[in-house]
Amino acid sequence: MATRSLRVAYGQALVELGKEDERIVVLEADLGKSTMSILFQEQYPERYFEMGIAEQNMAATAAGLSLADKIPFINSFAVFASGRAYDQVRQSIAIPGLNVKICGSSAGLSDFGDGSTHQAIEDMAIMRAIPNMTVLVPADAVETRKMVKAMVEWNGPVYIRINRNDLPMITDIEGDYEIGKLQVVRDGSDIAVFANGVMVSKALVAADELKRDGISVKVINASTVKPLSKDEVLAHVQGCKGVVTAEEHSIIGGLGSAIAEVLRRERNLPIEFVGVQDSFGTSALSYDELLEHYGLTAEAIRDAITLLLES
Amino acid sequence: MATEELINHLEEKARQLRLSVVEMMGIGKVGHLGGSCSCADIVAALYYHRMKVDPQNPKKADRDRFLLSKGHAALVQYAALADLGFFPKEELQRVKALGGMLQGHPDMIKTPGVEANTGSLGQGLSIANGMALGLRLDGIESKVFVIIGDGELAEGQIWEAAMASVNFGLDNLVAIVDQNGLQATGPIIERFNTNPLTPKWAGFGWHVIEIDGHSMREIVAALEEADATRGKPTVIIAKTVKGKGISFAENNAAFHNGAMTAEQYELAKRELSIVARGGC
Repeated sequence: MATRSLRVAYGQALVELGKEDERIVVLEADLGKSTMSILFQEQYPERYFEMGIAEQNMAATAAGLSLADKIPFINSFAVFASGRAYDQVRQSIAIPGLNVKICGSSAGLSDFGDGSTHQAIEDMAIMRAIPNMTVLVPADAVETRKMVKAMVEWNGPVYIRINRNDLPMITDIEGDYEIGKLQVVRDGSDIAVFANGVMVSKALVAADELKRDGISVKVINASTVKPLSKDEVLAHVQGCKGVVTAEEHSIIGGLGSAIAEVLRRERNLPIEFVGVQDSFGTSALSYDELLEHYGLTAEAIRDAITLLLES
Repeated sequence: MATEELINHLEEKARQLRLSVVEMMGIGKVGHLGGSCSCADIVAALYYHRMKVDPQNPKKADRDRFLLSKGHAALVQYAALADLGFFPKEELQRVKALGGMLQGHPDMIKTPGVEANTGSLGQGLSIANGMALGLRLDGIESKVFVIIGDGELAEGQIWEAAMASVNFGLDNLVAIVDQNGLQATGPIIERFNTNPLTPKWAGFGWHVIEIDGHSMREIVAALEEADATRGKPTVIIAKTVKGKGISFAENNAAFHNGAMTAEQYELAKRELSIVARGGC
C-alpha cells in the first residue's frame, strides 16, 4: 500500500482552509517543524503565533482568541497537548465549550526514538473523559485533510490525534468527513474489528489473512472516538460472534473502553482489546519494531479474532 | 484629572459593591469575602468609569473586556453586573444555588457579562492575551482588563503569559494585581512569597504602576497612564487589604473563604452602610 504523511496533510489542510477563512489562527509551541503547522506560518505569518515552549499558556491563549471570534488551532505533541495543558483545556476551553482545535501530533508510539516522555498512550482516554470534547483519530493522510475541514465546520472543542509517520492510504478519497460517523472499510460477518489510526491498516491485513481460512472479518474505522453513536456501533456488530478493538493507545480508557461502554449489555458478544497493556512507551530504532514490541500488529489482531472464535 | 465628583461617585459604588457582597454571603454561608472586598474599588473604577460595556448587548463587538483571573472573587463582579443591569438583582440571592446563573466561579455560559470561565488560578492572563491578540487582528480598539491575585502569582502559567504579553507588544491589555498579601492559609510572605512584584514584572518587560488599591484617585490615574502607554502591556500593582471595609475580615485569612455569624453579618452591614463623603 502507498503511504503518505498525515502531518503534512494536516499542515496543508490548515493552509488551504486558512485561505478561505480568515478566522483560522494557528498557535505553536516550538514544534512547528514536526506538527507541520510551519506550513501555515509560511503562508499567513500574521495569523500564526509562536507561543514558545509553554503549552499551558498556549491553550488558554487559544481560549481567549476563540472568545474574540477566531478559530484557533493549537499544536504540540499529543503527550503535551493532553498532559501538560490538561487543566487549561479542561477549565478554559472545554467547560465553556469554546471553539478551539487541539492537535496532538506525534501521537501514540509514533515518535519511536524519543521514548516514554514523548509517546502518548493515554491521550485518547484523557480527552474522551472531558465533557464537550470531540476526539478524532485519522487513519491516513486523506482522512486527516478531510477531518481538518470538518473541525473548522464543527463549533466546539476538538482534539485530533496525528501520527508522526507515513501511513498506508486506506480511506476513501471522495466525499467529506462526517464527525461521529463510523466507516466500514472492509465488510464481514463473523467478527467486527473497531480500529483507528495506524491500527486500521493492520486490521485490514489481519482480515485478508483470515479470509483465506474462511473467516469473515468486518473492519470499522472508528476515527471519531467521541461522540460515538451507540446505534451505529450496535448496527455494526449485528450478527457478529465477537468484537475486537485495536488502538495505538493504552487499553485503559481509549477506543476499546469506548466500544465496551456501548456494548456492555450484549451478553453474547465477547470483546478483545488490542492495545498497549498498561505500560509506558520506550525508545526504539524503528516504528515497526516498537509496534511489534507492544503487540500492535496484524498478528495480534488475528490472534484476538481466533481466540474469540475458539471460545 | 478625575473630578472630585467622579471620585466620590466611584467610592460610593465601591461601598455598594461591598455591601452587596456581604448580602450575597448572608449568615453562615461560606464565601470568598476577603478577596471580593480587596478588589472592590478596582472593580468599581473599571465598570463604572473606564470600561465601555453594554448590559443590553453584553456581546457587543467593541466592548472592553473584564476578566477575573482570581475567579473566586466572583461575588464582587456579580454585584457590579447586577447593578448595571446585565441580569436581575434577584439572582444575587441565589448565588451558588443549584440551577442558578451565578456559579462559585465565573461562568461565561451561565452569566451574562462574564467573559470567560476562570477560577482555576493562573489562566486569566493567558485568556486575556488571546482576546487582546484577536481584537488587534480585527482592528478593534477595545481593551482587556484582567485582575490577578498575588497568591495566584505562584502559578507558573502567569509568567508564561507575562512573557507572551510582552513578546506580542499587547498595549491593549492591562493586568491589575490585587496585592492583598494573603493566600488561603495565611500571609504570602510567610507561606509562598511571590514578592517582590515590581522588579519581576518590570524584568519581564511590563510597564509597572504601583498604587494604593483603595485610593480611587490613584486607581483612575493608573488606568489613564495605562491608556497612554504604547507598545507594551501595563501592570498595575495595587496594594490592597483583604476584606477591606469590614473590620473583622480585614487582613484575616479566615475570611478568604469563610462564613459570617449573625452578629458579624449585622456588623458588616452597619459598617458598609456609612455613605462615603459626597455620596450619590
